[in-house]
Amino acid sequence: MNKLARLAAALGLAALAAIPAAAQDKIKVGTEAAYAPFAWVLPSGELTGFDIDVTKALCAQMGAECEIVNQSFDGLIPALNAKKIDAIIASMSITEERQQAIDFAGPYYHVPAAFIAAKDAGIELTPEGLDGKFVGVQRGTTMANYVEQSFPDARVQVYDTLEAANLDLASGRVDLVFADSVVLQEFLKSPDGASFAVVGDPVYATDILGTGAGIGVRKGDTALKEKFDAALAAIIASGEYKTINDKYIPVDILPK
Amino acid sequence: MENLTPYLPLLLQGLRMTLLLAVSTLVVGLALGMTLALAKLSRHAWLSRPVYAVTDLLRGIPEFLILLVIYFGGTQALGRFGIEIGPFAAGLTALSLVFGSYASETFRAAFQSVPKGQTEAGRAYGFTRWQCFRLIELPQIWKVAIPGLGNLWQGAVKDTSLVSIVGLDDLMRKSNQAAQATREPFTFYLVASLMFLAITLVSMAVLAWLERRASRGLPGR
Amino acid sequence: MEAFAAILSEHWPRYLAGTWLTIQLVVISAILGVLLAVPVALARLSANPGLRGLATGYSLFFRGTPLLVQIFLIYFGLGQFGLVRSSFLWPFLREAYVCALITFVLNTAAYSAEVIRGGILAVPKGEIEAARSCGMSTFTAYRLVILPRAFSIALPAYSNEVIILMKGTALASTITLMELMGQAQLISSRTYQPIQVFVIAGVIYYALTLIITRIFGLLEARFNRYQRLAR
Repeated sequence: MNKLARLAAALGLAALAAIPAAAQDKIKVGTEAAYAPFAWVLPSGELTGFDIDVTKALCAQMGAECEIVNQSFDGLIPALNAKKIDAIIASMSITEERQQAIDFAGPYYHVPAAFIAAKDAGIELTPEGLDGKFVGVQRGTTMANYVEQSFPDARVQVYDTLEAANLDLASGRVDLVFADSVVLQEFLKSPDGASFAVVGDPVYATDILGTGAGIGVRKGDTALKEKFDAALAAIIASGEYKTINDKYIPVDILPK
Repeated sequence: MENLTPYLPLLLQGLRMTLLLAVSTLVVGLALGMTLALAKLSRHAWLSRPVYAVTDLLRGIPEFLILLVIYFGGTQALGRFGIEIGPFAAGLTALSLVFGSYASETFRAAFQSVPKGQTEAGRAYGFTRWQCFRLIELPQIWKVAIPGLGNLWQGAVKDTSLVSIVGLDDLMRKSNQAAQATREPFTFYLVASLMFLAITLVSMAVLAWLERRASRGLPGR
Repeated sequence: MEAFAAILSEHWPRYLAGTWLTIQLVVISAILGVLLAVPVALARLSANPGLRGLATGYSLFFRGTPLLVQIFLIYFGLGQFGLVRSSFLWPFLREAYVCALITFVLNTAAYSAEVIRGGILAVPKGEIEAARSCGMSTFTAYRLVILPRAFSIALPAYSNEVIILMKGTALASTITLMELMGQAQLISSRTYQPIQVFVIAGVIYYALTLIITRIFGLLEARFNRYQRLAR
């Protein structure tokens, strides 16, 4: 090749190499690390869990640099809309109400919710059975809405984090806690959870509880939404999703 | 109790953050308080009246509320300029605004306690207004203002615990995480209380020393 | 603007319920707090070192630690112990309302005791001497002369403490109580418009501050009217 052609080829290669580097953008992902086994804080202060690993895998797949921001759950959507964060991967269920405020990529997992109570409580999951009973839920979650709509006579107690609700279940201040079934399993496995068990059948109620946990993005941010969807499909296909799934959760939680 | 030791480094990290936020609040709050006090003492009603109104408002609503408004709203207003309002910035802004509002009252009362005759004498000697302020009024207000400012400092240290609710990794938040992970809330909240108490006691000693220093050379001490 | 109107028209019952609970918390805590503060103030001034030490320790703890820690310590902390849970106190302590009141009362009593103590120390010596020379016992002197005088001296500083107490009730939302702040957080998580929701709450809180200031202004005018009349 003559000199000019070699120079052009070199420049072309350099340009090609620069494109992935330019695509190396920074995405701030908001989560709430008080939700084992999806996200929690180790004594060292490090964040770990299914949501965290999926976030890292997706970002690696997209070639983007991700910064995970740990904050309160009910502040996630306002933070997203205020551009404090660019995405939400925090086990946030896709519901119609939320879709009016933001868009979702995914869902990236789907599990039902469940009630837990003391083993000998003998509580019946009917509107009469829950009359006057105290049910603990987390502020800003769909579970709060579900209890209010399906069991209007139950007394709903709202907590900042699910772990705080479990603390009160253990001390007897609430009779039941209604939350994500997988998260509750973590509590039931722990020594304090030994005297508690799931009551009734797992609840899907997709109209209120949503169609699975999605990746929240700002309304109209279709570019990011498509990137996440593509990356999600890729890690499911490559088996990386299953590896992460098995690491934290005994059941298969891929959306059907 | 055995659970305490592994979490101790975490709590100390939180303590450092608490102190960082408190000291930053003190610095910004003092500057703000001094400025607002001078505005309140101004001859111009268009300056003093709005300042009185705003500081009254800030002293009349919960610090928790101010924090949430700044945390959620700060980025909404400044986000388009690319300015980040994380929990620390939101906490610093909210706490400094509150500190400054209360401090403006403390400073105002302190300035008004300096006998007018001294300033008049200064003017008679040809001091400029600024020289009067710097050489006559400023050195004397500290003795009067330090007890009040000391109280505000103690309040600021305690108010930093509120910023844990919006996610700042301070002593309170670390205690929450430890308490919820180990299900031993009493242990960790007691330790947190003792750490705050330690800050309080040290602050009291420092303030006593400052008061003695500010009163040196004055009659009656 | 329309956002404010929309939020208010849909959620005003929640704001109202929250405000009512806030008022309950403030009034009950203030009254019980003063009742506790007087003995604490007297203990702080006592000649008995044990009594004085106890009161000073209590005062130091509740004034030297954040209200938030105190709330969590009492609500979550006490619930940790099986001994507490199986005691006769549990039906009370399991209620967030009771735990919040206990914390607020203990907290405001510590600060109020300081205010009352300052008031007692500021009672003019001449009045105390006059009471003694009339043959009053210590108890009667306190009852008829010292305490009433101390209260009227302390009134302005105490009104400040009540406002601080009211601002403190906002933290009850962290232990599930749906007072004004708790309701605002709920409405905010439903409407995704935190600024407008919290601004409305702020206006209500400021209105409460003005009401408290006004009430104490009237009280001061009533109790200190002899100062105005004696010209």
